[in-house]
Amino acid sequence: MSALLEVTGLVKRFGGLLATDHLSLSLQHGEIHAVIGPNGAGKTTFINQLGGEILSDEGRIVFDGHDITREPPFRRAQVGLGRSYQITSVFNDFSVLQNTALAVQAHAGHSFRFWRPAASERALVDPAMAALAQVGLTERAHTPVSVLAHGERRQLEIAMVLATGAKLLLLDEPMAGMSPIESEAVVALLKKLKGQCTILLVEHDMDAVFALADRITVLVYGRPVATGTPDEIRNQPEVREAYLGEEGGV
Amino acid sequence: MSAKPSFTAARVFAVLLLAGLALVPLLAAWLDQPFWVTLFTRILIFALAAMGLNLVLGFGAMVSFGHAMYLGIGAYAVGILSYHGVDSGLLQLGVALAVGGLVALGVGAICLRTSGMAFIMITLAFAQMLFFLAVSLREYGGDDGMQLKGRSLLGPLDLNNPTVLYYLAYALLLAVLLAFWRLVHARFGMVLRGCRSNERRMASLGFPTLRYKLSAYVVSALVCVLAGMLMANLTRFVSPSYMAWTVSGELIVMTVLGGLGTLIGPVAGAAALLLVEEGLASLKLGVPWLDTLINQHWLALIGVFIVFVVLVLKQGLYGWLVAREARR
Repeated sequence: MSALLEVTGLVKRFGGLLATDHLSLSLQHGEIHAVIGPNGAGKTTFINQLGGEILSDEGRIVFDGHDITREPPFRRAQVGLGRSYQITSVFNDFSVLQNTALAVQAHAGHSFRFWRPAASERALVDPAMAALAQVGLTERAHTPVSVLAHGERRQLEIAMVLATGAKLLLLDEPMAGMSPIESEAVVALLKKLKGQCTILLVEHDMDAVFALADRITVLVYGRPVATGTPDEIRNQPEVREAYLGEEGGV
Repeated sequence: MSAKPSFTAARVFAVLLLAGLALVPLLAAWLDQPFWVTLFTRILIFALAAMGLNLVLGFGAMVSFGHAMYLGIGAYAVGILSYHGVDSGLLQLGVALAVGGLVALGVGAICLRTSGMAFIMITLAFAQMLFFLAVSLREYGGDDGMQLKGRSLLGPLDLNNPTVLYYLAYALLLAVLLAFWRLVHARFGMVLRGCRSNERRMASLGFPTLRYKLSAYVVSALVCVLAGMLMANLTRFVSPSYMAWTVSGELIVMTVLGGLGTLIGPVAGAAALLLVEEGLASLKLGVPWLDTLINQHWLALIGVFIVFVVLVLKQGLYGWLVAREARR
């Protein structure tokens, strides 16, 4: 397997604080790679550096053969990097279907089309409905996003990333604030996606992480202290000490 | 979601408003009130300009405080060309749209690098620059403005006939309304509305948002240029006052008053504001001291009217109707 994402020596400083400290990581095609770490370990900063919303001070990000280190977010998305946000970020004025169709539209050529209603374009609506079916939101397609339950909004976020046809999904705490039943549904969904796309997952729910991940990277103070399979991570003493200890016998 | 009924209060209102506007010259002739035609042509022109502004203000959340400059460009294109003997309406139109488009492209490309308060201030600054440029044009009347030698020549249409000018403005309003109605539901409009709601998310989905916002800004400016050309033809006069910052403010007030981000809102807002103005300034209740008070201080009463609409109806006159149905 070749690497889809190759991060080398990534650095981000906020004043005197080293939020990302020479972070290197490589993601193989088709794997689910989880990044875990205590609060303030720099997980979201790292995701934002990958997504392009924070520019890195040092280091290189190569994605699918493109050096995207200095590219703006939209160009990263265009080459196949899709992301979801820790705090749900959807379009509140639109329906579930409109949100998803807009995600399809982002990758369906230019949008300088002024006459035909987007809602009547099969090329946008059909893939959007397919993405909604994958996350189980088909019945909610015409519901305004503003009345969705929290869990449904999180599912919509994932549907939108899927609808962009991204090769790599950056999921920033997709289970945050979900009920146990809802997170089980998301775990099942991500399992289904395994092999179909590559996923970089930042998550606090350790049960979910150990159930899903092929490999895990433990981040502490912006520096990876360990990378390995779930079993390897579980058995590393320094990891237990730095992080898992507080979770109590994972 | 329940199916939307086709006879909603908002739609009925929109149809009545547009049908009513179509009848104005007939009513004016019947009741022998020729002044109405001039007043309503003004309303149509401001409605057109406010609709243009609404594309960026209402659908794109870009608060431009300088759209009067495009009214000015349209008016001066007619004024300056006619001063040099170019009376062809189509030629004037071509020049006005070209100049207006280029200015909007340049100004927009700079302004759209900012957002929020900075965007408001920088659009205002550009409009003020153009205002003072117009003041410095001694040849074309400078501060005082200048009288046009004649109105634009437009084939068989005689713009010296107020009714013809009225229906030309009305036809342009309908055309822009139809175009915008299609546009806001087409791909382009979805991108624009997406940017209004969450621009950061649009970028992370893969949209190069700047080029879409800039295009919307240019289209919006061109509609105002068109309105400016009509204005010059209505008054047979151009002056820097057309692009005063207060005019930019009035366009914002009309749009907000009628309903931000609705298609008919700016038309309703322009009509409401100009009619209330006119009504208050010439009100005769039969109580001399009260009439004098109102006729002299009508601006203050307009303030009360605007406060009422914004506080009570919140989404504006027409926006309130639309929102009321959405809640059902």
